[in-house]
Amino acid sequence: MGGYIVKRLLSAIPVLLGITVIVFLIMALIPGDPATAILGSYATPENVEKINRDLGLDKPLVARYFIWLGNMLTGDFGRSFSLNRPVIDEVLERFGATLVLAGTAFIICTIFGIIAGVISAARQYGLADKAITFAVLIGISIPSFFLGMMMILAFAVERRWFPVSGMYAIYGGGDLADLAWHLVMPAIALAVVATGVIARLSRSAMLEVLRQDYIRTARAKGVHERRVIWTHALKAAMVSIIPVLGIQAGFVLSGAVYIEIVFQWPGVGRMLVNAILQRDILLVQGGVVFVAACYVLFNIAVDVAQSLLDPRIKT
Amino acid sequence: MQLITWTRRAVFAAAGALLAAGTVGSLPAQAQTPPGVLVVGQIAEPKSLDPAAVTAVNDFRILMNIYDGLVRYKSGTLEVEPALAESWEISEDGTEYTFNLRDGVSFHDGTPFNAEAVVFNFERMLDEDHPYHDTGPFPLAFFFSSVDTVEAVDDLTVKFTLSAPYAPFLSNLAYPTGLIVSPAAVEQHGEDFGRNPSGTGPFHFVEWRSNEAVVVEKNADYWDGAPALEAVIYRPITDANTRVAEMLAGGIDLMVEVPPVALSEFEGDEFTVHEQSGPHVWFLILNLKEGPFAEKLVRQAANYAINKSALVNDVLEGTAEVAAGPTPPAFAWAYNEELEPYPYDPEKARELLDEAGVENPELTFYVTEGGSGMLDPVAMGTAIQADLEAVGFDVTIETYEWNTFLGEVNPGLEGKADMAEMAWMTNDPDTLPYLALRTDAWPSEGGFNSGYYSNPEVDELLEKARVSTSQEERAELYKEMQEIVQEDAPWVFVANWKQNAVTSDAVENFQLEPSFFLLLKDVVKN
Repeated sequence: MGGYIVKRLLSAIPVLLGITVIVFLIMALIPGDPATAILGSYATPENVEKINRDLGLDKPLVARYFIWLGNMLTGDFGRSFSLNRPVIDEVLERFGATLVLAGTAFIICTIFGIIAGVISAARQYGLADKAITFAVLIGISIPSFFLGMMMILAFAVERRWFPVSGMYAIYGGGDLADLAWHLVMPAIALAVVATGVIARLSRSAMLEVLRQDYIRTARAKGVHERRVIWTHALKAAMVSIIPVLGIQAGFVLSGAVYIEIVFQWPGVGRMLVNAILQRDILLVQGGVVFVAACYVLFNIAVDVAQSLLDPRIKT
Repeated sequence: MQLITWTRRAVFAAAGALLAAGTVGSLPAQAQTPPGVLVVGQIAEPKSLDPAAVTAVNDFRILMNIYDGLVRYKSGTLEVEPALAESWEISEDGTEYTFNLRDGVSFHDGTPFNAEAVVFNFERMLDEDHPYHDTGPFPLAFFFSSVDTVEAVDDLTVKFTLSAPYAPFLSNLAYPTGLIVSPAAVEQHGEDFGRNPSGTGPFHFVEWRSNEAVVVEKNADYWDGAPALEAVIYRPITDANTRVAEMLAGGIDLMVEVPPVALSEFEGDEFTVHEQSGPHVWFLILNLKEGPFAEKLVRQAANYAINKSALVNDVLEGTAEVAAGPTPPAFAWAYNEELEPYPYDPEKARELLDEAGVENPELTFYVTEGGSGMLDPVAMGTAIQADLEAVGFDVTIETYEWNTFLGEVNPGLEGKADMAEMAWMTNDPDTLPYLALRTDAWPSEGGFNSGYYSNPEVDELLEKARVSTSQEERAELYKEMQEIVQEDAPWVFVANWKQNAVTSDAVENFQLEPSFFLLLKDVVKN
C-alpha cells in the first residue's frame, strides 16, 4: 500500500510540471498584458514599457518561466500586483474559504445523493423512486448560478431569513454561527446538481448490486431488509460510487466559481476570475497551480480509498 | 415497510434541522449596522490604498476620504480650491508654483504634515533613485511628468518647478494621484504601505479584511471639521445583481454604479436615487486616414444618422445624456454652452452621403465587450450599426474583449477598421483633446489620436490653452476648439455618462460629485 501511494505521488510530478507550462503559456499568449489592464485608456507604448519593466515582464519568455518555477520551488509564489500582497497569502486565504464552501456542499451532496439513490433503488418503480427521479431531474437541469440568484430573491430579499452575500456579517459577526448562517444558501445552491448526479449513479450502482446472488442469499437467510440494503448492498455499491464522488468533488470545486460570484463568497474561484480580467499573471499562475495540485492530491486520495475498499484493484 | 418509516423519520428530522437552523440563523439578522456607521457597496476589491499606485475610480472612492491633496475640487464643480495648501502663487511664465501649506495638520500616524512631506511624496513617485520609489509602480506618475524639481523653501512653503508651463497642473494635484501620504508610514511599511495607509483625511484607516471590507473611522481632529459619521465600511460586491439584492435587503446603505435596468427597483420611499453627470464622454473614433470617413461629409452624415437620444434613453435607460462635442458639460467653466448636439436626421444623412458621392460605404466597426466607462458597449454598438445601415452604410461589427480591444485601437485604426467605440473620463478639459485630437498625438507619436485627425487650428488652440495661466483665457480657447472639432466631426459624439447611486432612507446629506469621487465627510446615517 505504501509503495502504491509513493508511486502515485511520483507520477503526479510530471502532471504538475505540465500544468505549470500550460498555465504559464496561456497567460503569456492571451492578448492584453498587465500594463494595459492597469493603464486602461492611458496605455501609451512608453507607459506600458515602464510598467512592464517594473513588473519584470521585459525578460524573455523562457527566462521568465524558469525564474517563476525556481521561485515557486523555494515556496515563493511572487507578489500579486493587482492586490499588492504575496500571492501565496491570498491563495491560501481564498482557498480556505472555497474549501469551507465546497466541502460543505460536498458533504451535503454525498449524504443526500447516496440516501436518495439507495431509497430509489430499494423502491425501484415505486412512488418514492418516481418522486426522487423527478426531483433529481429538476435538480440536474437548473444552472447553479440561476438557482443561487432565485434563492437570494426568495430568502434574502423577500423574506430576510438569510444574508444576501458574503462569508461573515460585515458588522459584529465573525463566529461559527455567523459563518454557518452565511453558508446555508451558497452551499445548497452549489450542492444541488451534484446531489442529483450522485443520486442517479448511486441508484444504478445499487440496482446492480441488489441483483447479485449474495443479496438473495442474505434475504433468504432472513436478514432484515434494512440491513440488506444499508449494509450488505451499499458497502458493495460504494466501490462504484466512490469514483463518482471523486469526480463530483472536482465538479463542486469548479462549480464554486459561479456560486462565489453570485454570493460574493471570498473564494479562490472569484479570485481567479478577477485576476484573469486584471491580467495579474503571477496570481493566476500561482492560484491555478495550487488548485491543480490539490485536485491531483485529492484524486490520488480517492484512488487509494477505492483500493482499500476493493482488494481487486491492484496496489 | 420498515424502510418507508425510516425515510419518513429522516425527512422529518431533516426538515426539523433546517427549521432549527433557520430560527437560530435569523437571530444575527437583527444585528443591523448601528447609526453612524455607513456601509458602502463597492464594485470591486480595492487594489491598494496607496493613492500614487492606483488608477481605478473604485479605489478613489475610498482614498478621497483617507487623504487630502494640496488642492481639491470645490464641492459640486471641477474647479480647484485650497486644501492642504492654503494659497499659492504662479510665476509669470507659468513654470513655478509656490504653495503655502496649512499649519498644524498631522497625519493619522501622528507625524506632522509639512513641506518635507510634500517633497517626499512627489520624489517617491517621480525620482527613480528615491529610496522608496520601489514601493510602486506608479502608473499615473506621468500626470506630473512636467515637474522638474520640488523643494521645501521652508517648513510650510513648497515650490514646484515645471520644465514647461502646464495649465492642468493644479487639476492634476486635485486628482487622487496628487494625494499626500505620510512619509513615516511609507518608511515603516515599505511595499505594504498600500495595505497600511496613513493620510490627513477626514477618516483614518482601521482595517482591511481581504475580499470582505475596508473599515475607516472618523478623524476627530480633522482640520476641516470632524465628519458626522463614526465609521465607514466599504464592501466589495463585484456582481451587480448581488449588489442590488444587498441594497434591497438592507445589507448596504449606499450603492454606487446601479445598473440601468435595476433603477426601477429603487422607486419607493425607502430609497433615494442620486444622479450626477461627470467628466466622461463616449464617442466613436472615425478613421480619417482612409476609407469613407476620410471625407468630412460622410463623417457628418454618421453624426446625423445615429439616434443618440434613443441610445441614452432606451439602451442606457436614461443613465447618460447626449453629447454635443468632445468636451463634457461637467467642465462647466470650459464647456461651450452654444454647442447643440447633431440632431437625429436620417434624411439629412442620406443627402450628405449623396453629396459626397458615396453609395453604401462599407465600414468595419470595432466594438468592445465592456471596459472602464464603456457603459453598455455591445448593445450600443448594435443600435449604432442599425442606425447607420438605415441610411445606407454597410457595417460589419468586430467585437473584442477590453484589453485586446485597447491593444487594437490604441496603435491606430489604419488598415484595420473605420470606426471604434471609446470612452474617456478625465479631470481636466485639457487631457482628452490634447491626447486624442492633436496632430502630434497620432499613435506614431505615442498619443491616442487613433483616427488620425489633424487640424492645425485645433493644434494651436490646444497648445496655447495648455501653457496659459489664466482660466478665462483657457476657457475661451477650449470653447473655440469645441466648435471646430464638432464641425470637423473626427468622432461621432454620443453620450456623457451620468453617475448614479442609491442611498437608503437612513442616509442624509449625501451628494454625488462631478469628479465621480465619493466624499463622505458630511454624510449622516441615522
